Amino acid sequence: MRRATWSEYQKDIADDKYYYARSCIRQNFFPGSERAFLNILSKDLGKDILDDPAHSSCTGIGYHSDIVPLETIMTVVARQFSLMNEAGYENFVTSCITSFGIYTEVLATWEEFPETEEKTRENLYKATGREFTKPKSLAHTSDIIFHFRDLIADKAVRRLVNRATGEPLKVVEHIGCHYAKIFPKSGIGGSEFPYVLAGMVDSWGGECVDYPERRHCCGFGFRNYLVQANRGYSIANSHKKLESMAPYHPDFIVANCPGCTMFLDKWQYTIAEMDGRTYGENGHGIPVLTYEEMAGLVLGYDPWELGMQMHQVDVEPLLDKMGVDYDPSAKYLGRNGKYIGKPEAAVVNGCSQDFIYDIKV
Amino acid sequence: MAAIEWGFSINRPRVIDVDRNNLRKSDEILLEMPELQSCIGCGACTASCTAGNLTNFNFRKVHTLVRRGEYQGAYEEMNKCMLCGKCRLLCPRGINTRGVVMLIKRKLGDF
Amino acid sequence: MERVIVIGGGIAGMKTALDLNRRGIGVTIIEKENRLGGKVLGWHRLFPTFTPANEVVDTLKAEVASSEIDVRLGTCATALTEHSVTLSDGTVLDCDAVVLCSGFTLFDARIKEEYGYGIYDNVITSADLEEMFNQGRVGLKNGGRPRRIAFLHCVGSRDEKVCQRHCSKVCCVTGVKQAIEMKKLFPEADVFNFYMDIRMFGPGYEELYREAQQSYNIHFIRGRISEASPTIEGRLQIKAEDTLTGRPLKISVDMLVLLIGMRSNDDNASLAESAGLQLAQSGFMAPRDLFLSNVRSNRDGIFYAGTVTAPKSIGEVLNEGAAVADAVTEYLS
Repeated sequence: MRRATWSEYQKDIADDKYYYARSCIRQNFFPGSERAFLNILSKDLGKDILDDPAHSSCTGIGYHSDIVPLETIMTVVARQFSLMNEAGYENFVTSCITSFGIYTEVLATWEEFPETEEKTRENLYKATGREFTKPKSLAHTSDIIFHFRDLIADKAVRRLVNRATGEPLKVVEHIGCHYAKIFPKSGIGGSEFPYVLAGMVDSWGGECVDYPERRHCCGFGFRNYLVQANRGYSIANSHKKLESMAPYHPDFIVANCPGCTMFLDKWQYTIAEMDGRTYGENGHGIPVLTYEEMAGLVLGYDPWELGMQMHQVDVEPLLDKMGVDYDPSAKYLGRNGKYIGKPEAAVVNGCSQDFIYDIKV
Repeated sequence: MAAIEWGFSINRPRVIDVDRNNLRKSDEILLEMPELQSCIGCGACTASCTAGNLTNFNFRKVHTLVRRGEYQGAYEEMNKCMLCGKCRLLCPRGINTRGVVMLIKRKLGDF
Repeated sequence: MERVIVIGGGIAGMKTALDLNRRGIGVTIIEKENRLGGKVLGWHRLFPTFTPANEVVDTLKAEVASSEIDVRLGTCATALTEHSVTLSDGTVLDCDAVVLCSGFTLFDARIKEEYGYGIYDNVITSADLEEMFNQGRVGLKNGGRPRRIAFLHCVGSRDEKVCQRHCSKVCCVTGVKQAIEMKKLFPEADVFNFYMDIRMFGPGYEELYREAQQSYNIHFIRGRISEASPTIEGRLQIKAEDTLTGRPLKISVDMLVLLIGMRSNDDNASLAESAGLQLAQSGFMAPRDLFLSNVRSNRDGIFYAGTVTAPKSIGEVLNEGAAVADAVTEYLS
């Protein structure tokens, strides 16, 4: 895929000493990813990163659902910064795109309307007795992986290449809307041709696909999908994207937003059961990876350690393509070999098809 | 497929997909009455429309949709026209609007 | 003999120089390119009459060549006062008055990233299309004939997002002209013009617009394209709202032509500062007023003609050349 302008959208990304803020929902849907990020940074790259149990949700989901007022979320954000100060860090990295959007938005609001920052300082002090200084740098965790993509490539044990054919894997990269659509300048590559995930794919031997609905939102949208009656239009967005990418036969999708990764993965099951429409090879779905999982596979992590058994769409066909060694029988064994249960058979779990599906290839 | 009660279904797109639409009928209409293409969307026809003031009939919108290949319901809509002819007196582009009503009804009776 | 320096050797500069010279006033033209003619050199035919652009430029150039006008090519003015112009090599030329005819800059379509200019084949600008007409090679990158062509109006005009709030005025009718030219070349193709407003301000323009609709069956869709993306067949999918039906619309096309606007030159600000001149909000030079002194600057002895003050059509530019010659003559006497 061609790009002209990504290098004009750059930002300062710190080289070391990060304060890490987790996502609320990722630990449920892609539970190994955040652990993988911490391991890659501290073990593979030898960086100092603090996973602080004291930090809280940024309350972004509540904010975007009209439950948490702006003043409150600003105060929560201020508290996170205060915790970071207390721990002796000044580079804030966040695992969630919604949070990243919240932090950039709050910092920009304080910049434009200094009275809101003053008010927040007052609120935080009244509520907790805390004070804070703003971070020296703010980045999303995909920015950090992007920043070290060449170092990771040097340590790679395998590349994003089909082992049988030697061809680069075809990758659909999907960027969360709040990564660069709020402030294009705060994202690597801007909002139209973001390079944050594509840069990883390029460095690790894959090939990105540019398809008509590449820039379209996945449909997550908080209040829109939280209310069951609204989900029809939420899912329609993922449906539209999947329909649009299907003719390109992507080997997998990689996304940098908790909501998008979950939606693009789980809705494939829903669409299959609701409409009988399935995607990917033999209709078994297009695997959806987080960028940490993608980096983990490149670095030789065990897929079950990365939590990939929790995906809705089975990842085994992709692992086979990449030549990843894995133990099929260990898939549903959690910590200490404890059986964690197994999902019901479905077409996107590589099971045989009891029903006629309209397979889109 | 599993028998699941989802409580919602996948919304169908509202987009006018020109690639998917068959423009043959639209081309035929424009060939017969090329001046229809000169509509500038001023809305004088709809403003004066006897039917449009009392029903949701919108002559301008219906013929614009027909020109994009959206024929569904156009015939039924045109039946709301009373053929009073006021719109034709007002059209700044001189379009034979009553003729358009009859033409669409003639061409799109099947839709 | 009095000497007037005309900065810019496009049609405004040439017309101004010729009219002053005819009155026995010495004129020097400063032109940054190595030839006279300016932007019109890149144009093939002119709206609304399809007159070959070189008829206008060549006539003016021939008249300049056979006159006593002193032409300095390949140099530009870096500063000016009413009595002198400083050139890029540091030379200072003395004079009795200055006419600034330095024109405009074409908007760089790459800034509107969503349209993929410079990234996707077959996304071209109106200026590229004129270049194709001039070379006699109009078609797709792969040499194929387009079956569907879209024009997008207002690229780099009336757009707060790219700091260009003004209307570039001539792109609407250029879009209509080029749509007709494409339809003549590719009668089997469908041509769609996506516009926000159609502004047909000049003589014969509205008639041309109507002809495009009625005689050439060109589809005008009121809505701004939001993005262009590639399709698997190598076409471009574009999205817009068909605002007159209130529904989103998408369509694949083989070629997307961006009607790029006219923006102010980057060096307007430094020239203005050097001479104490006023700039309009759009970055174009602000004339003393828009009525009785529209070719005079706020400083006596410094004048304007052409698109240095705002986007204008060729006819308007030539009129200003004549008007400014009058104003300069009056000033010198």
